This record gives sequence, structure tokens and C-alpha cells, in this order.
Amino acid sequence: MLDQMEGSRAVAEAVALCRPQVICAYPISPQTHIVEALGEMVKSGRLGGCEFINVESEFAAMSVAIGACAAGARAYTATASQGLLFMVEALYNAAGLGLPIVMTVANRAIGAPINIWNDHGDAMSQRDCGWIQLFAETNQEALDLHIQAFRLAEELSVPVMVCMDGFILTHAFERVDIPEARQVDAYLPAYEPRQVLDVHEPVSIGAMVGPEAFMEVRYLAHAKQMMALERIPEYALGFREIFGRDAGGLVRGYRSEDAEIVVVALGSVLGTIKDVIDELREAGIRAGVLGICCFRPWPMEAVREALRDARCVVVLEKSLAVGIGGIVATNVRTALAGFAVAVHAVIAGLGGRAITRSSLAAMVRAGVDGSLPALGFLDLDRAVVERALERERRTRRSGPIAENVLRDIGVVAARIA
Amino acid sequence: MAFQPVKFYQTGTFTVGNRLLAPEERSVQADMARINSLNSGHRACQGCGEALGARYAIDAAMRSTGNRLIAANATGCLEVFSTPYPETSWQIPWIHSVFGNAAAVATGIAAALKVKGHAEVRVVAQGGDGGTTDIGFGCLSGMFERNDDVLYICYDNEAYMNTGVQRSSATPPGARTATTMAVGPQPGNCFGQGKDLPRIAMAHGIPYVATATVADLRDLEYKVARAMSFHGARYLHILVPCPVGWGHGSHETIRIARLARETGLFPVFEAEDGEVTGVSKIRKPVPVEEYLRPQKRFAHLFGRPPRIDIIAGLQEIADRNIRRYGLLDSTD
Repeated sequence: MLDQMEGSRAVAEAVALCRPQVICAYPISPQTHIVEALGEMVKSGRLGGCEFINVESEFAAMSVAIGACAAGARAYTATASQGLLFMVEALYNAAGLGLPIVMTVANRAIGAPINIWNDHGDAMSQRDCGWIQLFAETNQEALDLHIQAFRLAEELSVPVMVCMDGFILTHAFERVDIPEARQVDAYLPAYEPRQVLDVHEPVSIGAMVGPEAFMEVRYLAHAKQMMALERIPEYALGFREIFGRDAGGLVRGYRSEDAEIVVVALGSVLGTIKDVIDELREAGIRAGVLGICCFRPWPMEAVREALRDARCVVVLEKSLAVGIGGIVATNVRTALAGFAVAVHAVIAGLGGRAITRSSLAAMVRAGVDGSLPALGFLDLDRAVVERALERERRTRRSGPIAENVLRDIGVVAARIA
Repeated sequence: MAFQPVKFYQTGTFTVGNRLLAPEERSVQADMARINSLNSGHRACQGCGEALGARYAIDAAMRSTGNRLIAANATGCLEVFSTPYPETSWQIPWIHSVFGNAAAVATGIAAALKVKGHAEVRVVAQGGDGGTTDIGFGCLSGMFERNDDVLYICYDNEAYMNTGVQRSSATPPGARTATTMAVGPQPGNCFGQGKDLPRIAMAHGIPYVATATVADLRDLEYKVARAMSFHGARYLHILVPCPVGWGHGSHETIRIARLARETGLFPVFEAEDGEVTGVSKIRKPVPVEEYLRPQKRFAHLFGRPPRIDIIAGLQEIADRNIRRYGLLDSTD
């Protein structure tokens, strides 16, 4: 059914169609509208057979989901940013225990300085925690990925994060196609836990494992993630059969087959990039895009196949690995090891900084003419950072970076000597 | 108090056992068919109070629930010594997630059971004092506040024993731990800190809060059974001496626990809906010195010169407990 609604509401509708049995809710922008909508559905009785629990922290949210899932219930929660970091210990635990929890991450920057707007710093910080990470490009895809996520999680007994850009997607009102309940029921079988806390067959879950077996347990976690590389395309095909549209998969190219320069990105910025690519194509530049939908497990082969024939690859990253630069670019370089493809990392859009078409076009043109550095920062105000660095060179002083910058810009100049 | 304690004073011994009791009054532990939830063969130290307390409590809970019980366990001694892969001592469904989330994991289990229509299966969460009063406190308070249908059991040995006896917020004043060293002008843990978790639990207004020690099996079992007669959040705080951390003989666990109660340092009581409804009376208060002296963690109080000021401070705490809970048995 076609409807016009907020991205968060669309995700809530998708999650409800998956018939979750335990939902843990803790508010954090920009995720909050999702659990608010689900809470209303549970309380009004529209979503039956579900416990909606208002927990006291994100750490508790993930912990309640762990308990519920281990006791055989389909469990869901949503978070963002600081909330994702606060549940980190439980994230690793859920993955280590093989509990198929599904969680929405409404991607948002991590402080300090505190910032509520979108980038991918939160999800990228958890790329190695053992969760599958899927990134949505549109609200429709965010909706669809949740339905695929439950299937994938329960098939492989691995938790899945569905990442969607905070505000840009969560708060955008768009037309979405809400599936019928019978379609979702046909696609998503009931949760059949392999091991469950059952008084008739008592098991001990979460035992201490020493050096004699820890390596093997970790290897198996990796092996299961790698199996997802086969399942994800299968489930995307199965999804198209039932729902009649494409969603998910590992990677998706756009005008990339014959491209000499390919921009790689994740999430909603792909739409803007495609517009830019169309303009550049009209100007005679053979540019293309590769969208990464599945970031963990890393689709090494698919990325290699898509990029090996390009001359230049520009990875547009909404996160910064301080001390090295680009996280996605590092992964792309691994995939292209042995191929003569120049890979550039361009950090962009941190903390909600707008990524404009003109800046993207200039970035691609720089890639074409060879003037793009290995690590670039899109629309960075060089004057501000140079002045801050110069000040720090002059006077040895410790303290928050943001206040120095603010002083420079003059926002609180009156209050800082 | 709904529970009438059985007094064995006439025998002149503390270990008269069950033979003086009618079969229905006998303890769960005396039952040949007891479930032995925490089975033998685990790796607890000799004389471990926590191993004893856990078996007493979980066996009693199993009897109350007709063996329909699931446990969530915090990280700690109990978790480590009971489940070294690939072995387990637990005869019940059991899960360990991380250190600070046992109460929240239990909430999740209870929610799953409810939604799946298994209301007859009950849930306990358990942890040591570190996992309860410190790192697990947020999740515990949340579970209390929501009144989730979970019995949380804290096995309190008054420090982080699993990591090598470091101070927790349940460590008593004056006690030496690896992080409250017996040096300087104020040796051992300082006064005026720490949490009184049973009273904090009561302040949440949950249906049932109780304290117990491993010295009084019958009282402990009664409190578990009483706790399981309620739905909603319940809290049971059991004092479990640790021979290694406290520095007493492994054969003295029960005696030390009893002295903790008889001095008034560990008040044994129960409360419903935030109000105290019963206390275990002290027949004749024992001076705190008798409790402190056998424990090496207090040895620095009895050096030359002795720290009578610190001992007096501890006696004040005991006296205040006696006044606050009306622990003196005025009927004898």
C-alpha cells in the first residue's frame, strides 16, 4: 500500500509486520520516532503478542533484547550515536552468543563535541563487533531491509543492524510502499531458536571459554558472517519475487560498468551522487557510483568485481578514523589489492555538514585530473583549522578543540579570553 | 512476621538438623529429592559462602516453582566457577551475558516467557555485590522501577573476589581489600561510603525485599519461598562470607555469617511494599570484635596499638542497625 509518511514511521510499520515479540525502547535522537510509533502500536493493541519495555539505558535495551532472544522471542530495538556506544559491551555479547536481534541504527555523529546530526561514525565504530551491517539508501529501502534483516538474522543466528541516515531518512516524509502482512508472513518464517532457555531442556548459555576453544569460537563467528555474503543476494532475489521490487543485496552499481572513475558510498548520499554522475556523464566524464548496502560482512569479491576495471575510485566517507582517515576506503583498498586502481578517501558530511552537488562534482573532476589527494576532506574550512593549529603551535595549551574553533569563529568570543 | 523461626536452643547445638521437625517443615536441602541446581564438581574455593548460598536459594526457588525456573547470572565468581567451558554445574536453564546486565537480561527472559504464554516459568537474576551494587546497579534499579517479574538475588561477599578482593560499594568500613589497603592513618575502607542496597530496593516500593545469611538455612529458604509467592520485582540480599577474601578459615563460613547477624552488622529482615514486616531477632548482641577478630581483613584493627576508634565506629553501625530494625529479642 502506497502511503506518504516519515521514514521512522515506515520503519516502525515494517518492524511491526515482522511480528516482534519484545521491543526495548530508550530515547535518543534521531531514532526515537521509531520506537514511539511501535509503542503506540503495542499499546493500542494493533501490534499484538508483543511486550514493549521502556528501559533505563541503551545498555539495558540490548541486554533485555539478549534475554528475550535467548528465551525464544523475536527481539528488536533501535538506537543511534552515543546510545550505540553505550551498548557496546552488550553488542559484542549478543553477537558472541549468536542471538538474532535486529536493531535500527539511525546514524548520527559521536561526540565530543556533541552533535545530533547525521554521519556514520556510530555504525563504523561497531564494524567489527560481529553484527551484520546493512545500509539503507532510501526510506523504502530502510523499510525493506528490516524485513530482510529478521530473515537473515534468524537464518544465520547473527544479529543485524539496519543503518539509516539520521534525520535525512528518519525524519524525511516520502512515499513508501508498505507491504501486506501476508507478503511478510510468506517471506519471513517464524523464529525457531537453535538453543533456548527452556525448563524442559536446560542449557547453560554464555559459559567461560578458555584458550583451548576461544579461537575456534571466534572463527565460527567469522565463518557465519561470511555465509551472509551468499544469503544476502539470495534473500534480495526472494524479496523481489514476493514484494516486486529491488532492495538490499551486497553492492549496487549505477552507470559504473564502463566508468573510469567510480564513487563509492553508503546510505542516503548515494541519491545526490547519482544526480552528480548524470550531470558529469552529460559533460562527457565517464563516472559511476557503487553503493555499498552490506558493509559487514565486507563483500570483498563483489567490490573487487565492480571496481577492478576503473581507473580511479573515490570513497566518500561519512566517518573519520582519526589517525588514519577512511574506514571504507581501507576496506576498498583491501579488495583492490593487486589491481592498478587509485583509491582516494574523501571524508564528507561529518556531523551533518551538507554534501552538495557542486562539491561532489568538483571532487570527481579532481579525481579525473589527478589532483585528488589520497585523503581529502570535502568542504573543510581550511582557514579555521589552520588558525587553530597556528594558535596551538604558538602556545602550548590543552583543552577542548571545539572551543578553540568557536573562539575563532567568534560565537562565544566574548566569553573566552 | 509470617514465618515462625524454629528455635533449637534447648539442644545446645547449632546443628540439630531436621530430625526434630515434622517432614513438611524440613528444609529443601534436607530433601533427598532436592534438585541440586548448582551441582557438585564446580570450582569454587573450599568453604565458599556464595556456592552454598546459591545452591540454597536456587533449590528453594525450584521447589517453589515446581522446577520451572530460569536464571540469568552476572559475571563473577559464581559464573566463573560454575561454567568453565565445556562444563556446567547448573541443572537449570541458565544464561550469562556480561557483568552489569543480569537484571536486564532477566527482564528480557520474563518478557519472552510472558509473550510466549509460559507464565508458570519464573525468572531469577543473580550476581555478587559488585555486579549488583556497582556495575549492575543501573539495570537493577530499572528492573525494580518497572516492577518486572524477576527475583534478583545478590550474593554479598563484600568485595570483588573474582578479580582478587577489591573494594566494592558493599565493602564495610575498616575492611582491608586490595584497593583499600591497611596502611596510612585510616587503614582499610573508609567510613561514610557504600550503599545499603536492601533499603534502596525498598525505596523502589517493590513487593518484596529480604536479607538472609548462609548461617540460617531455614530463614533463607523461607525468604526465597516468600519471594516466589509474589509477582513483580523482588530482591533478596544474602550475606555469603568468602574465606579467601575475608581471611577466615574455610570451616568458619557459617560461624562468621552467624556472627555478622548476631552483632547487628548485618540486619536480617524482610519488607513488603517498602515497609519492614519482619526481622530476625538477636537473642544477645555479640560485640563486633568477636566478628572482626577471626577475619584477616580486619587484622590491622587488632595490632599494636589496636584501632579502637575504628572498632568503635563499626560497633556504632551495629548498634544503629539494632535500633533501626528493632533487632533485640525482648521476649526472651
